[in-house]
Amino acid sequence: MREPTGPPAIPPGEPLLAVDEVSVRFGAIQALDRVSLEIRRGEIAAIIGPNGAGKTTLLNVISGFYHPSEGHIRFEGRDRTRLRPYDVAALGVARTFQNVALFKGMSVLDNIMTGRLLKMRGSFLLEALYWGPAMRQELLHRAFVERIIDFLEIEAIRKAGAGTLPYGLQKRVELARALAAEPKLLLLDEPMAGMNVEEKEDMCRFILGVNDEFGTTIALIEHDMSVVMDISDRVIALDYGRKIADGRPDEVRADQGVIDAYLGVSHA
Amino acid sequence: MLELLYGVLVGPVKDMASSPTFLAEVVIGGLAAGLMYSLVALGFVLIYKASGVFNFAQGVMVLFAALTLVGLMERGAPLVLALLVTMAVMGALAFAIERVVLRPLVNQEQIILFMATIGLNFFLEGFGELVWGSNVKKLDVGIPDSSFVVWGVQVNRLELTAAITAAVLVAAMAVFFQRTRIGRALRAVADDHEAALSIGIPLNTIWVVVWSAAGLVAIVAGIMWGAKSGVQFSLSLIALKALPVLILGGFTSVPGAIVGGLIIGVGEKIAEVYWGPLVGGAIENWFAYVLALAFLLFRPQGLFGERIIERV
Repeated sequence: MREPTGPPAIPPGEPLLAVDEVSVRFGAIQALDRVSLEIRRGEIAAIIGPNGAGKTTLLNVISGFYHPSEGHIRFEGRDRTRLRPYDVAALGVARTFQNVALFKGMSVLDNIMTGRLLKMRGSFLLEALYWGPAMRQELLHRAFVERIIDFLEIEAIRKAGAGTLPYGLQKRVELARALAAEPKLLLLDEPMAGMNVEEKEDMCRFILGVNDEFGTTIALIEHDMSVVMDISDRVIALDYGRKIADGRPDEVRADQGVIDAYLGVSHA
Repeated sequence: MLELLYGVLVGPVKDMASSPTFLAEVVIGGLAAGLMYSLVALGFVLIYKASGVFNFAQGVMVLFAALTLVGLMERGAPLVLALLVTMAVMGALAFAIERVVLRPLVNQEQIILFMATIGLNFFLEGFGELVWGSNVKKLDVGIPDSSFVVWGVQVNRLELTAAITAAVLVAAMAVFFQRTRIGRALRAVADDHEAALSIGIPLNTIWVVVWSAAGLVAIVAGIMWGAKSGVQFSLSLIALKALPVLILGGFTSVPGAIVGGLIIGVGEKIAEVYWGPLVGGAIENWFAYVLALAFLLFRPQGLFGERIIERV
C-alpha cells in the first residue's frame, strides 16, 4: 500500500489537459463552439467570461458530465473524450460545483473521507470487521484527511454536519473533499461566489497554497476580476461559447475583445 | 358512560395484569409478526435511501424470491442449493432492473421512477406466475412450526428462528453500510448524486448493490412468511403492511424500519386481543393504518426520519 502523499512534483509547462475543437449543443443553443485550449501542468488557469459564455459547460465537458458533440479531450496525452464522470475522477480530476454539492447529511470529516474512496483498496470483510490491513488503511487515509483539514483551517468544524455550515465554509469543505482525492487537475467552479471579502482572501490563499504545496494544476472559473488577476498564471476568456482570448492576465485584461464582451458591445 | 370508559381504559389493563404469561405470549407473537413487517420495510428503506425511489415492487420481490425457492425445491433441489440459486436470481434481477429500468430513467422525476416500479410490480407478478404457476405452495425449511415453553411462556420455534435470522441480517447490513467503503459510497449517493459522481462513485454499480441487498432481504422475508403461511400470491400484499411501518419509522432510517415494524406488530396484536372484543374484533386489520395516520398528523417524518425543513 502506498502512503498517501501529494502527487509527485512535475515539471511545469507541458499540457496536462488539451481541449481540441470542442463543441456542445443543447438543442438550438450552441453552448461551446469549437473551443480549443490547454491546461499546463502546475499552472493556475482562470476561465472568465460573461454569464452564459459557456464556462460551466466547459467544466462539465472536462469532468465528463457532458459529452461534446464534436471535438476531443486529451488528458495526459490520451483521448478522454467520452468518459463518464466517475472514470474522469479515477484519472485524477477533481472538481467543485457552482452551487456547492456536499453530502449534507454527513459530517465534515465523513465528507472529506468520501473524497478518498478512489484511493481505498482491500477486502470488504476486513473493512466490516475493522481489522488488520483495513484498519491500518483507514488510519492512513484518516491521517491524510487530517492534513487537509489542518491546511484549510477547518479543524474546529470537522465533526459538524456539512448541511449546517454557513455557505463560505461549505465551499471550503467541498474544496477539502476534492483535495482528498489527490487530484492531478482540480476544477473549481466559482470558488468565491457569494463570499465576503475576507472569505475571498482566505480562499485565494488556499488556492495558491494548494498549487504551491501539493503542486496541483488548477483550472477555475471566477467572476471577480481582481481575484483572477491576482492568482492566475493564465486567463482564458469565453464569450457566446467561443474562446476570445488566452494569455497572461495583463494581456487578457487589455484585450479589446474581452473588454467589449464584458461591457456588452453589440456583436453586429 | 362511566362503564364505557372503564371498559376502554381500565378493563384491558386489568386483563393484562391478571395474566402476565399470556401477555408475554401476545407480545412475543406481535414481535414475530412485526419482524416480518420490518424485513419488508427494510427492503424499501435500502432502495429509497440510495436512489430516492419508492420501490412499489418490494412486496412482489418477496413473493418472487419465495416462489423461486419453492419452485426449485419442488424440482428436487436441496435447500442450500435452492437458496444459492435464488440469491443468484435476485442478483441478476437487480442487475436487469438497473439496466432496463433505472439507467434509462436517470435524472427523471421521482414520480416517474415510482410509476416504473409499479410496472415492475405487475411484470414480476405475471412472470412469477408464468414460470412457477399460481398454486399455493408449501415451503418446508426443516424447522417445525411447534412450540416449547420457557418460564411458562410458549415460544414458537419457527418464529424464534425467524427472529434470530432477521437480527443477524440486520446487524450484518448495518455493519456493511457503516463500515465499508461501499457503505460510505452508498450513503454519499443517497445524499447527492452529482457530488457522488464527481468523486468517482459509479452510480450504476451502487444501484445494483442496493437492489441486490433489497433482493436478499426479500429472500429472507419470503422464506419466513412462506414457511408460516405457504407461498401464495397474497404474499405480495404484505407490502401494504410495510407502508405504515415506513411512516412510523421514517423512510430513510434502517433502525426506524426495524423499530417501526416491531411497534406495529406488537401494537396490533395487543389491540386485537385486549381491545378487540369491545368492537367485535378485526382491529388487527386496520390498527397499523390508523397509527400511521396519527403519525402523519403529528410527526410526518416518522420516529427516526430526517426532519424536513423547508427554507423559504
